[in-house]
Amino acid sequence: MSKQSGGLGRYIVQRLLLAVPMVLILLTLVFVLMRVAPGDPVSAAAGGKLSAAQLAEKRHIAGLDKPLLEQYWNYISNVAHLDFGTTFVDHRKVTDLIVDNGGATLSLTIGALIVAILIGLPIGLFSGRFRDSAFDVGARVFSITTYAAPVFVTGLLAQLVFSGGSLPVSDQADQLMSLNVDTTTHIYIVDAMIAGNWDAVNDALLHLVLPSVTLGLLIVGVFIRMIRVNVIQTLQGDYIEAARARGIKESAVVTKHAFRNALVPVITVLGLQVAMLLGGAVLTEKTFNWPGIGLMLIQYINQRDYVAVQGIVTVFALVVVFISMLIDFVNALIDPRVRY
Amino acid sequence: MATTTAAAEAADAAGGEREPVLSVRDLRVWYGTERGPVRAVDGVTFDVRPGETLGLVGESGCGKSTLGRGVLGLTPTGTALSGVVDFKGTNLVGLPPKRLQKLRGPDLGLIFQEPMTRLNPLMKISEHFEEALRTHERKLSKTAIRERALEALRGMGIPPSRYNSYPHEFSGGMRQRIMIALALVLRPAFVVADEPTTALDVLVEAQIIKILADLRKNFDTALVLITHNLGIVAEACDRVAVMYAGHIVEQGDAREVFANPQHPYTKELLRSTISLSTTGLHYIPGSPPDLGRPLEGCRFAARCPVAMRGCEEHEPPEVVLAGGVRSACWHQALEADPSLGEELGKDGREPLAVKEISVADEA
Ligand SMILES: Nc1ncnc2c1ncn2[C@@H]1O[C@H](COP(=O)(O)OP(=O)(O)OP(=O)(O)O)[C@@H](O)[C@H]1O
Ligand code: SF4
Ligand SMILES: [Mg+2]
Repeated sequence: MSKQSGGLGRYIVQRLLLAVPMVLILLTLVFVLMRVAPGDPVSAAAGGKLSAAQLAEKRHIAGLDKPLLEQYWNYISNVAHLDFGTTFVDHRKVTDLIVDNGGATLSLTIGALIVAILIGLPIGLFSGRFRDSAFDVGARVFSITTYAAPVFVTGLLAQLVFSGGSLPVSDQADQLMSLNVDTTTHIYIVDAMIAGNWDAVNDALLHLVLPSVTLGLLIVGVFIRMIRVNVIQTLQGDYIEAARARGIKESAVVTKHAFRNALVPVITVLGLQVAMLLGGAVLTEKTFNWPGIGLMLIQYINQRDYVAVQGIVTVFALVVVFISMLIDFVNALIDPRVRY
Repeated sequence: MATTTAAAEAADAAGGEREPVLSVRDLRVWYGTERGPVRAVDGVTFDVRPGETLGLVGESGCGKSTLGRGVLGLTPTGTALSGVVDFKGTNLVGLPPKRLQKLRGPDLGLIFQEPMTRLNPLMKISEHFEEALRTHERKLSKTAIRERALEALRGMGIPPSRYNSYPHEFSGGMRQRIMIALALVLRPAFVVADEPTTALDVLVEAQIIKILADLRKNFDTALVLITHNLGIVAEACDRVAVMYAGHIVEQGDAREVFANPQHPYTKELLRSTISLSTTGLHYIPGSPPDLGRPLEGCRFAARCPVAMRGCEEHEPPEVVLAGGVRSACWHQALEADPSLGEELGKDGREPLAVKEISVADEA
C-alpha cells in the first residue's frame, strides 16, 4: 500500500511540474494572438471619439507603448500574481468580473456536464454493448445530430418548445434581483441555499435546466461515440475472452471487465472536452442571456475591449490546464498503470 | 489425488483404456463472414482420456485454435457449430450459454497464447482469483479463497507476497504461470492450452511445459496442447493429432507417429522440422487451401508429393492402422482395403501430374 501511494505522490509532483511549461505555452499563445488581431485595440475601443493625445495617454495606461518583450514580461508576471488586468471600457478588474459572473458560468458548465453524463453514459454503454442494434443506430444518429447542431439552434429550439410551458426560457438575472438573495458565493443556487430561500433554489434550478441541456447536448455526441467505440473495442479484448473462458458470468464480464476498462480513456477525453464546454458556454450564455463570463466576453469583444478579452481568455486557458491536470490525477487513482 | 493416480495405474496395468473425459465426434466449426462460411474445423473426431495429453499440431491457420475454442463453446457470434462434444455424458454443442458458462472454469479450462494481455489491467491478481472462485464455489469463505489461490500460485512458483499486485508488475512468463494457476485453481478435468509458450523465451518455455506435464500426474487432468513445436509434442504428449485445413489427417500414439509417420502431410511436416541434425532446409511448397471456399477431395492434394489423380475429387476415408494410428490418405486406405480403389475411378491411381509450384508462384 505504501509503495502505491509513493508512486501516486511522485506522479502528482511530476504532473504539477509538467503544468508549468503547459501554462507558459498557452499564455504565450494568448499574448501573440491578441497582438496579431487586426486594428489598434485602443482606438477601436474608444470608437474614434478621442483625440490623438488622449489616445496616446490611454495606450500608455494600458502599457501598449512599451516594447513587445516588456509587454510580454509584464503580462506573464501579472498573471503569476493573479492579476488579469482592468477592463478598458468600464474599468473593472477582470478578477472581480470573474468572481461576480463566474458562478453563473460554473453552474451552467457543471449542469451541462451532469446532463452529458446522465444522457451520454447509459446511451454510450448500451449502444456499444448492443452494437448494430436498432438502439445503437438511433444513438448514432442522435449523437451526430446533437454534435452538428449549432448551440443557438438547439437553444432556440429549446426556447421555442418550452416557451409558455413550465420551464423558464431565459434570464436568470431578474430572479436574482426579485428574490433578494445575498450574494455570498456568487453561485446563485448556493447563495439561495445558504439563505434558506427554497423558492429561489427551485427557481434557479428551473432556470438552469434549458441552458444546461443545450450546452450538455453539444458535448454529449462526442461523449456517446467515445464510450461506444471504447466499449466495442474492450469487449473484443483478450482479457474479456479469458474471463469468459473462466466461466465468469456474462453480466460481470460486461460491467466489471469491459465497462470499467472502456471508461478509463473516456475520462481523459472528458478533460479535453472542457475546452469545448467553455467555448459552448459562451454561445449558450449569449443564447439564454445567461449572466456568466461568456456573456461578458461577448460584450467586451463587441466593444473591442482587448484588455478585458485577453484577461478572460487567459482565465479560460488556466481553467483548461487545471481541469486537465485534475483529470490526470483521477486517472492515476483509477488506473494502476499510470502511477509507475 | 493419490487414489486417482493409483486407479489410473491400475487401469494401465490391466491394459484397459479408461473412459474418455471428452469425446469429439464429427465436430464442425464454421465462422460466418461476409464472404460466406469459413470452414475452420470441418468434421473432426478424437477422444481425450483422464491424465492424457494430446498434442495438436499443424500449419498456421489450419484450425487448431478454432477447435480448442469450439470445444468450450467460446466462438464469436455468427459461428455455426455441429457434431458432438461429449463431456462426461453431456453434449456441449447446442448447450444453453448459461450452462456452458457454469462448466467453463470448474470443468473446462483454457490457457491462451498471449499472457501479457489476458489479465484485466485494472484488477489485482487477488481480485482475479476471488472473482473466479466466488463465481463457481459460492460457499467458499474469504480465508478459504485466499488459501486456495495462494496454494495454486505457489504451485506455479509465484510467492504469496505478490498476491496483491497488479498484472503489469509481472513479466510475461510470470503472467502465464498466473494464468495457469487461475485456470487450475478451479480444478478442471479438461484443459486446452493454446500455444501457451509461443510468446515466451525457451527457458520459460521449458518451465511451463514441465508444469503442464506434471498436471496429469498430480491432478489426472486431460490436456489438449496446441503447439507449433514438434519437439514439445515428442517430449510432453502421449498422443498427437495432426491437423491440415480443418481436418485431422493423422492421430495416434506420439512416439509411434513420430517414429513412423503414415500420412504424407505428417511426413512432410516432420521433414520440415529444424533440428541439430538437419542438413539443408526442407519446406512444403505452396500454401494451405482457402477455407472460405467449399473443398472436395483430399485437401492436401495440391501440395502432396505422392498425390494420385483420384485424390483431387474423392475424399480419403480414415483407416485404423497398426498401433491404433489413424490416417486419412488414399494410400493407406487402399492398402487396408483394395476394393476401395473402385471409388477412385479407372485411372484414379495414376500419379497426379505435378503442378509446378515454384517459389516464384508463391511470391
Ligand atoms: N473470427 C474469425 N472469423 C473468420 N475467420 C476466422 C476467424 N478466426 C479464425 N478464422 C479463420 O479460420 C482459420 C483457422 O484459424 P485458427 O486461428 O483456428 O488457426 P490456427 O491453426 O490456430 O493458426 P495459428 O497456428 O496461426 O494459431 C483461418 O483460416 C482463419 O483465417
Ligand atoms: S489422399 Fe492423396 S493427396 Fe491426400 S495425402 Fe494421400 S496421397 Fe496425398
Ligand atoms: Mg492459433
